[in-house]
Amino acid sequence: MSTLLALARIRAARQGRAEPLRQVRHYHLVDEPLVLVTAAMAGEAAAPLACMVGTDRHRPVLLTVSQPRNRDQQQAFYAQLAAVVLPYIRRRENALQQLPTHTGKAARQRCADAPQLIVANRATVEHLRLVGRSLRFQGSREPGTTQAPVALLGRWLTFFTEQADYPGSCLLLPMTRQLAAHWASGQSALEDESLAALLAWIEPPSGLSGAEAALRTENPVEFPPAGPATDPTFDLVELEPRMRAHRHALAAGDHTSANRSAAKLERALDAQLRPTWNQLWSALALLRAIPPAARCARRWDDDRDQFTRHSLHLMHGGPPQPVHDHPVEAARRLAALERASHMFEDEQALDDPFVLAERRAAGAAFAGIVISREPDRQARSPKGRRVLRPRFTVRTDDPPPLTRDQDLLNPHRPRATARIHQITHEQSGTHLIIMEITSGMGTPSRPAADAVPELGERVCYTASPSQWAQPEFPSRDQTPWTHSHPVPPAPARDLDPHDADPA
Amino acid sequence: MNPTVNSTTAARLDALRGGQPPVNHTARTLVGLSANPGCSRRALLDACGADKGKVARQAGYPWPFGQSPFALSRGNAFERQVKEHGGARLLALLRESLGLPIEQVAYIPLESVGDNANRELRYRRTRQVLAHAARGGSSPGILYDHPMLRLAVGGQLVYLEPDVIAFKIGDKFHVVEIKSFPVIDRQADGTQVAAATRQAAVYVIALRELFADAGLDPDLVAASIFLVTPKNFGNTPIATLIDARKQIAMMTTQLARMDRIETLVKLLPAQVSFDLAVDAAGVARRPQAQLAGDLRQVPARYRPECLDHCELAGLCRAEARQDDSLDVYGPGVADVLGGIGTAQTALALAEGQRIPSADQTDVARALRHAERLRTELAAGAELAGGAA
Amino acid sequence: MTSLLSDPAATARAAVQTVLDDLAAIDRTGGRGVVVDSPPGAGKSTLVRTAARDLAKAGEPVMIIAQTNNQIAGLAAGLAAENPGLRLGRLSGEDYAAARSPLARFSNISIDTKIIGLNECAIVLATAAKWARVKDHRWRWAIVDEAYQMRSDALLLVASQFERGLFVGDPGQLDPFTTVTTERWTGLTYDPRHNAVDVLLAHQRAAVVERRLPVSWRLPASAAALVSPAFYPYTPFAAGVANGVRELHFTTAGVRSPLDDTLDLARRTGWALHQLPARHTSRTDGEVAQAAAGLAARLLARGTVERCEHHPGGRPLLPDDIAIGVVHRDQAEQIRRLLPGTNVPGAERVVVDNANRLQGRQFEVVIVVHPLSGRRDATAFHLEAGRLCVLTSRHRHACIIVARAGIPHLLDAHPATDPVHLNVPVKFPDGWQAHHSVLNHLQIHTIAAPG
Repeated sequence: MSTLLALARIRAARQGRAEPLRQVRHYHLVDEPLVLVTAAMAGEAAAPLACMVGTDRHRPVLLTVSQPRNRDQQQAFYAQLAAVVLPYIRRRENALQQLPTHTGKAARQRCADAPQLIVANRATVEHLRLVGRSLRFQGSREPGTTQAPVALLGRWLTFFTEQADYPGSCLLLPMTRQLAAHWASGQSALEDESLAALLAWIEPPSGLSGAEAALRTENPVEFPPAGPATDPTFDLVELEPRMRAHRHALAAGDHTSANRSAAKLERALDAQLRPTWNQLWSALALLRAIPPAARCARRWDDDRDQFTRHSLHLMHGGPPQPVHDHPVEAARRLAALERASHMFEDEQALDDPFVLAERRAAGAAFAGIVISREPDRQARSPKGRRVLRPRFTVRTDDPPPLTRDQDLLNPHRPRATARIHQITHEQSGTHLIIMEITSGMGTPSRPAADAVPELGERVCYTASPSQWAQPEFPSRDQTPWTHSHPVPPAPARDLDPHDADPA
Repeated sequence: MNPTVNSTTAARLDALRGGQPPVNHTARTLVGLSANPGCSRRALLDACGADKGKVARQAGYPWPFGQSPFALSRGNAFERQVKEHGGARLLALLRESLGLPIEQVAYIPLESVGDNANRELRYRRTRQVLAHAARGGSSPGILYDHPMLRLAVGGQLVYLEPDVIAFKIGDKFHVVEIKSFPVIDRQADGTQVAAATRQAAVYVIALRELFADAGLDPDLVAASIFLVTPKNFGNTPIATLIDARKQIAMMTTQLARMDRIETLVKLLPAQVSFDLAVDAAGVARRPQAQLAGDLRQVPARYRPECLDHCELAGLCRAEARQDDSLDVYGPGVADVLGGIGTAQTALALAEGQRIPSADQTDVARALRHAERLRTELAAGAELAGGAA
Repeated sequence: MTSLLSDPAATARAAVQTVLDDLAAIDRTGGRGVVVDSPPGAGKSTLVRTAARDLAKAGEPVMIIAQTNNQIAGLAAGLAAENPGLRLGRLSGEDYAAARSPLARFSNISIDTKIIGLNECAIVLATAAKWARVKDHRWRWAIVDEAYQMRSDALLLVASQFERGLFVGDPGQLDPFTTVTTERWTGLTYDPRHNAVDVLLAHQRAAVVERRLPVSWRLPASAAALVSPAFYPYTPFAAGVANGVRELHFTTAGVRSPLDDTLDLARRTGWALHQLPARHTSRTDGEVAQAAAGLAARLLARGTVERCEHHPGGRPLLPDDIAIGVVHRDQAEQIRRLLPGTNVPGAERVVVDNANRLQGRQFEVVIVVHPLSGRRDATAFHLEAGRLCVLTSRHRHACIIVARAGIPHLLDAHPATDPVHLNVPVKFPDGWQAHHSVLNHLQIHTIAAPG
């Protein structure tokens, strides 16, 4: 955590209202997201209780299960959910853009838009991950046959939750994360996991401080939990008796009273989910009011590529995501996750002065005034050629940067990178930093015009987004001996992907 | 550990509770101590057997901890299912996970001794049976259900009645924990597994004390425990062997530290009491503020994580806010503002309204720099950022 | 556990010979490799060079996989000097300045960016990253240096190039690093974030011989007595140099000051804990930084002379014989800034770096800023056993730890709630326990210093 962020939290507490942390929004928001609130049955691995879903704030679809442990009811529930989610996805699969050939890449297609799922918190993402795992292996896996909608839903949910692991991806967004990324509340990060509490800090009702408003949200009667876990007292006082009444009525063959208790149950669950549903839409409105960051669009391109790829994979009858990554796939995914993480951090710093300021507070960036320059300075390259190596000196009152041995970039002159050559400390507490341009400076005969900043110019330098050369991973059947057992062991029974739900 | 506590301490601990019946330590409460071992308030309330939930409620800060009836019934059903047929299924599962052929089943319930459920009696019966088995040498596999164990904690004898099973295979005894959270694709929730492992570690320690007590080698109790849980999304049980050496070492240290309670008690002002007595109309005899004030006499170590595991958390958080403590914001904030006690000091230093003391100069410099950055941002100053 | 060996040199030689025999016998045994665990300063590089030379002389081409360019420079220079008749290859990246390389002075080292240019070489050295880009080349043998710092995914990229491997490294140091915290690979034998040795053993344990080097030539006996039980609880090692062989002495008199008291204690016993009054601080604690810089400067100012098996007549300590080890980069920057201000000539050349960068290096005296000094809460990062192990095992003579009082209390208050994952082997030592045992040991080496 940076001092800046720590100060923002304290300030939020003092002023009784959250403090903005970002100047721009770093997550792409689509015009028509699919909002999803889920409740799961306590004590079960992934048994659904209810779900509120839809693209229209005023017309949510409520799905409920009256006997969550009943497998037929679970199936029926997921079939209904699939009937909402799959058409939403399909509408985006069908609109394709043609991308021309681009530096070594063949021409290809990309979906013009992609689906976006909005949920309350990380716990819901984890729940959807489990639901995806429990559904995706269901039914036929014969190549060429059509997937049952429930299995297809499982495969899509797995796709969304896997994408949510990539920093900067916007296909599945847990709202508490987005809000906490853009605002500092006056409470702890742990308490920020509550959507209602976080919203209370960002927009406290008039007359209340953020702390007071957040405290109110801890009353589960007024503010039911955002799911997937339900309030234990609600389970005890409302859910359990109604489920029992329903079960008894069914057993007695009393359909009228069974319908009545089912309706009561539905109303109770509606009342549990609706506050969170409304909060999610309020949170969306808050985020939409922040202008998007410049590099949001590039990341959304990546998201659309991933979506397109998975859609094609399904269309070509590809298999469901395996239970575990293959060794090669695991290494490849780790590389991709690290790349996404670094790029997202670097891009945010280039897009947002707030992020840059956090880096300055932590010594990962610095800003100052150019006090001298040698634009024509030349040096010998390692191979002995004469090359242009301009230098310039910046005076800064930021803490001395910790970014030696790294290519740095000035967001205003993004074509040239530079490195710290030397730091000297002045009596007054300021520092003199001699920078050397390392790329984008041109040649002695043709120097680039805008590589070296002007005298008196205010400059800021931060880590240049790393160039990530994707290593060449072996193919699966070329997995080296160090990463596979000498004799393939008999597949352990509990690893069997077909073992989706051994009743 | 010293099994007999200083009698004045014991009397003072009893008195602290007022007339309330004591809440007995269980493996669960012992495990709870390890969640925030630096908190004297929690340690003292647990040591004197106060009902922390009730205390917090009566002091005006109820903090709900409930378990859903669905989770409870699922837990019970799963345990029943695992233990049915005299443990035949469980034994098969355990032997299978050790790669041993299934042989004869022996299942010995230790739930009660005749009609007498006296805890000390049951403990002795358990000790007798287990010691006898230990001296009997190797065995193909015997399950001992509901043994009664005993542990000296902070000078008091605590009886532990685990739903757990001691499993003797060869000449080793293993602790078996049955939990109803699922193991999906060979993994389970790390927090739940950790809690189960710490709980099992307490049983391992108690079992080892039992053997030592009977003059036997404590190392007859294995340092690895079995966790039996449902597999994937169904009800089929699966057993996983967990190396609990770290947890055993850690819980041993924590339990030994309970001895410092005596020091805590000595430091306590004489009038402090957590008496919750009510009058005939059900109204607390002591005013809310008085109880809350007495609680404040015992220092707490509030961290936001307490909200997840301590009934007193609401009260301690309110107190931390009142005191303007940085603990409210979590360890990250307190960490970067090291050495600064209150939020007000931090802001005053940042805004230059306070001269830093000698030991605050480093933090003050960072704070003033951060404040300067903030002002620049707020003023929309040209900051060389790419976006606008 | 760490008792002195009667003939440490013979014990160490025998251990190396066993490894060489294992390598020679591998075709007969049908094995795939040998893993050698080496505690700090136990002759890991010597083993790598000896094994490479033996294999090369037996007509087996060898690839050496190192983690950094510096490691390669050290290994290649050693090999070239010891074996003038052996052709060595240095496979380098495009931006490697061959002409200015320190290896350029060796006539038996060829430097090339393409493997094809090194066809004649009996031993070729490159970083793991560079090897990952080599295609269609097979070696019979690979030697992986610092294998515990190599990540599993890096091994995956190069392991197809060799049939048999010698993996050498120090299991007690810092694990490879990643920012990715997903649990999707937890419990898998091939979690790409594991180190290369763990992944190898998880799949090929039956085909791999495990050995270890039993004698540290770097650490003095005083250090082995702490480092071995605290960080290598199940694989003890001993110090190779007998008591009394190494000595520090000061050529100028000290004054009665805490700094000099600390130096004196460290000189006499090999350890000192320079303890400042308990206080919560930010990680750039000015007083602690000042004390660390001051101790280094005092060492120089007092004309410290070290006598050892290499310099029985003694030699004065130079600035770069001294290191100050910290945890964070900003701490290093802070101390570097303070050193010139001590007004002791050469003080600015004292090496100041964090644990990650000090890994694998050796100094005469090391001053450590304790990872938990001044903290309110311990974190997994600050508790990591490998971090403390690196910091307390770089020295040949003495190690001075600078810390605020109150760390035992901090450890006691640390919540024991780390998640437990199924089917993941437990790593020892545990950081919390290692910290406890180090502090216990240092209790009698404590000098209280005023703030």
